[in-house]
Amino acid sequence: MDAIMLQEKLVERLLCPRVRTARRKVKNWNKQYVGFATLPNQVHRKSVKKGFDFTLMVAGESGMGKSTLVNSLFLTDLYKDRKLLNAEERINQTVEIIKHTVDIEEKGVKLKLTIVDTPGFGDAVNNNECWKPITDYIDQQFEQYFRDESGLNRKNIQDNRVHCCLYFIPPFGHGLRPVDVEFMKALHEKVNVVPLIAKADCLTPNEIKKLKDRVREEIERFGIKVYQFPECDSDEDEEFKQLDKELKECCPLAVIGSNTVVEARGQRVRGRLYPWGIVEVENQSHCDFVKLRNMLIRSHMHDLKDVTCDVHYENYRAQCIQDMTSKLTQDNRMESPIPILSLSTPDVETDRLIKMKDEELARMQEMLNKMQQQIHDGKDQ
Amino acid sequence: MSESIVPPEVRPKPAVPAKPPHVAAPSPTAPHGPSGLGGGVGVDRVPGLGHSGSGSTLLGYIGIDTIIEQMRKKTMKAGFDFNIMIVGHSGLGKSTLVNTLFKSQVSRWSSGWGGEHKIPKTVEIKAVSHVIEEGGVKMKLTVIDTPGFGDQINNENCWDPISKYINEQYEKFLKEEVNIARKKRIPDTRVHCCLYFISPTGHSLRQLDIEFMKHLSRVVNIIPVIAKSDTMTPDEKNEFKHRVRKELETYGIEYYPQNEFDDDMEDKNENDKIREAMPFAVVGSDKEFQVNGKRVLGRKTAWGVVEVENPNHCEFALLRDFLIRSHLQDLKEVTHNIHYETYRARRLNDNGGLHPISANNTQDSNL
Repeated sequence: MDAIMLQEKLVERLLCPRVRTARRKVKNWNKQYVGFATLPNQVHRKSVKKGFDFTLMVAGESGMGKSTLVNSLFLTDLYKDRKLLNAEERINQTVEIIKHTVDIEEKGVKLKLTIVDTPGFGDAVNNNECWKPITDYIDQQFEQYFRDESGLNRKNIQDNRVHCCLYFIPPFGHGLRPVDVEFMKALHEKVNVVPLIAKADCLTPNEIKKLKDRVREEIERFGIKVYQFPECDSDEDEEFKQLDKELKECCPLAVIGSNTVVEARGQRVRGRLYPWGIVEVENQSHCDFVKLRNMLIRSHMHDLKDVTCDVHYENYRAQCIQDMTSKLTQDNRMESPIPILSLSTPDVETDRLIKMKDEELARMQEMLNKMQQQIHDGKDQ
Repeated sequence: MSESIVPPEVRPKPAVPAKPPHVAAPSPTAPHGPSGLGGGVGVDRVPGLGHSGSGSTLLGYIGIDTIIEQMRKKTMKAGFDFNIMIVGHSGLGKSTLVNTLFKSQVSRWSSGWGGEHKIPKTVEIKAVSHVIEEGGVKMKLTVIDTPGFGDQINNENCWDPISKYINEQYEKFLKEEVNIARKKRIPDTRVHCCLYFISPTGHSLRQLDIEFMKHLSRVVNIIPVIAKSDTMTPDEKNEFKHRVRKELETYGIEYYPQNEFDDDMEDKNENDKIREAMPFAVVGSDKEFQVNGKRVLGRKTAWGVVEVENPNHCEFALLRDFLIRSHLQDLKEVTHNIHYETYRARRLNDNGGLHPISANNTQDSNL
């Protein structure tokens, strides 16, 4: 037993980030040491070579500062040649979906960032179902991925699924408006929704606190499932735990964006210049921009992707398959079910899938028959 | 050389019911006016002043101008009323602004109702009246609030309840006017002014703004106002105002002061200046803070204090001066002489004439 415990202790120490010079010890113990502790490093190297991708959607009424915030977050200028439409041109505009893609590299790590913009949302007089184009888009991306996954060549699947949706709540209200509630409810099961309070520089600290409390309470009351930060593992260090706690208490984050650089306290910072003072975007006491950036990019980006894959995509997939099978039982095509999912080329894999589904269907039909029999019997008695 | 007649600085002691001035313009050659006329002496010669010379129609001080003083006294006794309507979707600081304008708690949140800010399902009209007094002048101020405007998902025709309310007030006034035995002072509940709050998106007007103002600018005096303007830096503010003005022009929306109602050049110049500066970008606040040793109304943030009455910070002072100190009476007059008359003419035309109804007739009138 002692040898095993010793080995475990060693592996622990190897995995601990502070102890990097463990190679010496490895050589001494390599009779009892397997060596899979270096797996994270291998994964790391491969991922860096491959590069990461991240799709971020921004939604909210026009004039909430979405484009400015995106520019501030990623220090780019994605909207250089944007022409603002006036009300005349916007009369018959429906909600569009516009994608901007940009490749960013930092310290050897490549990120392919896609921003999905939703101009026209909430701008019309009648905003009934104005979120439909957005939900349709998200579903389309899921469907595309589903097909690619079930297809022949799975090596180079393009992951266009939306990993996170930043929803901008106007600071002018007293909480969530009906359109906010409906939008978030339509999307909370399809994508990670992160609510933000936009243009937070028009609110005093008291007002921000009141608004946050109000929004948090309404989110709970309406049962909206916004993105939850994962619980900290108990063995994380205190600093991380503290940051995590602060982040959770600050939700929804009140942010400010800026495209301009101003001079404040002797430094050049991103900010907004008012006659009564200067708002600094990256000053923690002015707004929660830094928290948002850290959360989105530095600590939770991978978690957002994971939740999209494991939860939202799986939900979609399960729903899709369920729809297919229920359609089949309705049509009563039990003998040779033709898959509704139109695959381009039949191959062994799909045949296997079909056979599996056949069996499942047969079982279900049997169960149904049994139940019907029971009901009949019950009636007769 | 004529001595110009200068009425005394102090108002003459007896506010004289002036004797009917029989004095017509005397012929330039007559040295003494009164003696050339039969009948009563129409002129009180104020000691110390000589005759008027040629070219003047008055030979002494009559006291016609004391009529202003008489009017003032009567108005002060009677007081006057002013009805202002505030429209805009919730959270734009409408109630705060009205409280700041009139320096008292006049909005609907002030009447002790500690209710939550719940968004009603349809547009409601809530009118709250207060009597405020300043310098001996009493004003019955009615603030008409419109909660629920623009807050729903589907806002089509959300201006209908507002339009209906305004027309109802005109109808009430018309009925009173048309009565045989009508009251001496008809209670005036007509909306004199409608403050429309534009959301400071920084881009342009929203569709709902345009629809509302298009439908209502012919019925009531609309004053567009940019709410919560501390969201925008000075450059953004100017750009936004410029764009908004252009859009209003494109859609032919005549906001108050309307171009067509300018009486003369002097008015036109003054109003042109105001129109150039509209819509006013305002900030409202009912809290005071200490700035440079003075107590000012403002909003305190982590980076500074926005002073409400500082013209560099926002245009609240301009709005207040315009609305209250210079154009208050004009707003009422335009409402009465133009909007109400339009409504009245339309009503009378529709009915092909009007039968006066007695005051006892509380049923459907012949209108």
